[in-house]
Amino acid sequence: MRRFTYVTANTVTDAVKTKATTPNAKYLGGGTNLVDLIRADIEHPDTLIDITRLPLADVEEISTGAVRIGALTRNSHAAAHPLIRTRYPVLTQAILAGASGQLRNMATVGGNLLQRTRCHYFYDTAAPCNKRSPGEGCAALNGGYTRNHAVLGTSRNCIATHPSDMAVALAALDAVVETESAEGNRRIPIEDFHKPPGETPYSETTLGENELITAIELPVLPPARNSRYRKVRDRSSYAFALVSVAAALETENGRITNARLALGGVGTHPWRARTAESVLKGAPATESTFREAAEAELSTATLLPDNAFKAPLAVRTITATLTSLT
Amino acid sequence: MTHDLSLRVNGTTRPVTVEPRVSLLDVLRDHLGLTGTKKGCDQGACGACTVLADGERVLSCLALAVQYEHREITTIEGVADPLQQAFVKHDGFQCGYCTPGQICSALGMLAEHRSGMPSAATEDVATTPQLTRAEIQERMSGNLCRCGAYNGIVSAIEETAR
Ligand SMILES: Cc1cc2nc3c(=O)[nH]c(=O)nc-3n(C[C@H](O)[C@H](O)[C@H](O)COP(=O)(O)OP(=O)(O)OC[C@H]3O[C@@H](n4cnc5c(N)ncnc54)[C@H](O)[C@@H]3O)c2cc1C
Ligand code: FES
Ligand code: FES
Repeated sequence: MRRFTYVTANTVTDAVKTKATTPNAKYLGGGTNLVDLIRADIEHPDTLIDITRLPLADVEEISTGAVRIGALTRNSHAAAHPLIRTRYPVLTQAILAGASGQLRNMATVGGNLLQRTRCHYFYDTAAPCNKRSPGEGCAALNGGYTRNHAVLGTSRNCIATHPSDMAVALAALDAVVETESAEGNRRIPIEDFHKPPGETPYSETTLGENELITAIELPVLPPARNSRYRKVRDRSSYAFALVSVAAALETENGRITNARLALGGVGTHPWRARTAESVLKGAPATESTFREAAEAELSTATLLPDNAFKAPLAVRTITATLTSLT
Repeated sequence: MTHDLSLRVNGTTRPVTVEPRVSLLDVLRDHLGLTGTKKGCDQGACGACTVLADGERVLSCLALAVQYEHREITTIEGVADPLQQAFVKHDGFQCGYCTPGQICSALGMLAEHRSGMPSAATEDVATTPQLTRAEIQERMSGNLCRCGAYNGIVSAIEETAR
């Protein structure tokens, strides 16, 4: 395994300053993705800045009624927090559907947002990958095995899926990512945070090189009390999603007044299903509406022989998840 | 550059000098001679390396030892619990390779359940569910057993939880 230097940051100011002044450094959260990627010779930092001692591990309600999750909150602590369990059950369910109990105790919510794809060609350093080595080509698109790959948001350079479950729930909830750097702080809506691969699959988020994620904010969203995360995978637990659905639904007299929908396992980034939402809005809360909305969302999918099954699977999973919320 | 750490392991303070790239798993096994904790995949995928840090279950293969200096580490060598007898009684293992990880994971899992933590098998996550077999299976899914002793493992945990 590559050698690197390890330093700890005790304050946010200290962390962003060290990052800006240390060449080729990376922040270290729980290490569950970064340590693995360094060992696999995919990430090559010279210095790791341990940020787990920063005082950013609380979940709290702020004066606006929104809920703020500190970036260093462990995934398990975020999922178990009463504010999340009662107001945003879809988020608790999404976090608990990911990884394992041990990993969730280690992983931070900031690190979860920045976890990298599980595309097996990205991990296989003998295979070409535009994400890992820009311009090399893509082994998946060049006759590879693509059963796990994305069908939405793909480009001719990359079809890797974004692996996070938590981020799919955050997309449905209109979460905001708060950051800090030497230039000050920023608030990035979750939909603007992850980028589709386009011509630059190696550039995955709009986060600046030295920016530190400090928190995730969940807006006041009453429909989220009636919400659900459903994940379909090759075994019943401890596997990445083939298809996942985060949904929240509010109805009045049988009509849909507010619907939130996001998809995982099918997109190159956590996929907010805006097309489906526009079909749902104002329509009767029936199974046929749900199917119509799901079909509209998947109509733009780019399917390959290995992953074509994901479109009908997504339609059925969306329909079933929304039906369970009526 | 190496770091001089004083790790707290099974109630005693253990000084070690390590490079930052060394995992907690390798420190336990190779520096401290605590070979009860096993290396299965070294990638976070199998759970064989599970230990407790301040009572919480974690994977020592993905943990850098330098990050764990201020935590109280418990390995299988530091465990004496009725759960171990229950594993024997219910045939919760065959080759035994996954067992130290299973035991540490189960102890952490039982503490999580006592603290009210729901799981992916919980219908209403606002509530704390009974620890049914389905709940135990879901909560223990991070520990693989290639001998397939799962039924015995679940029975052992079920009996201990009662
Ligand atoms: C076997 C296995 C199975 C898994 N299964 C799932 C699954 O089913 N679903 C799922 O969603 N996930 C899954 N995961 C992934 C897991 O959720 C992530 O590894 C974890 O969330 C990453 O968090 P971390 O704190 O450990 O990040 P780290 O590994 O510490 O960091 C990841 C990246 O984020 C950067 N970073 C961390 N914190 C910050 C911050 N505050 N500001 C700026 N940059 C930061 C780091 O520099 C690094 O680049 C699995 C992982 C493993 C090993
Ligand atoms: S050795 Fe750590 S999870 Fe397999
Ligand atoms: S007892 Fe052999 S791997 Fe579990």
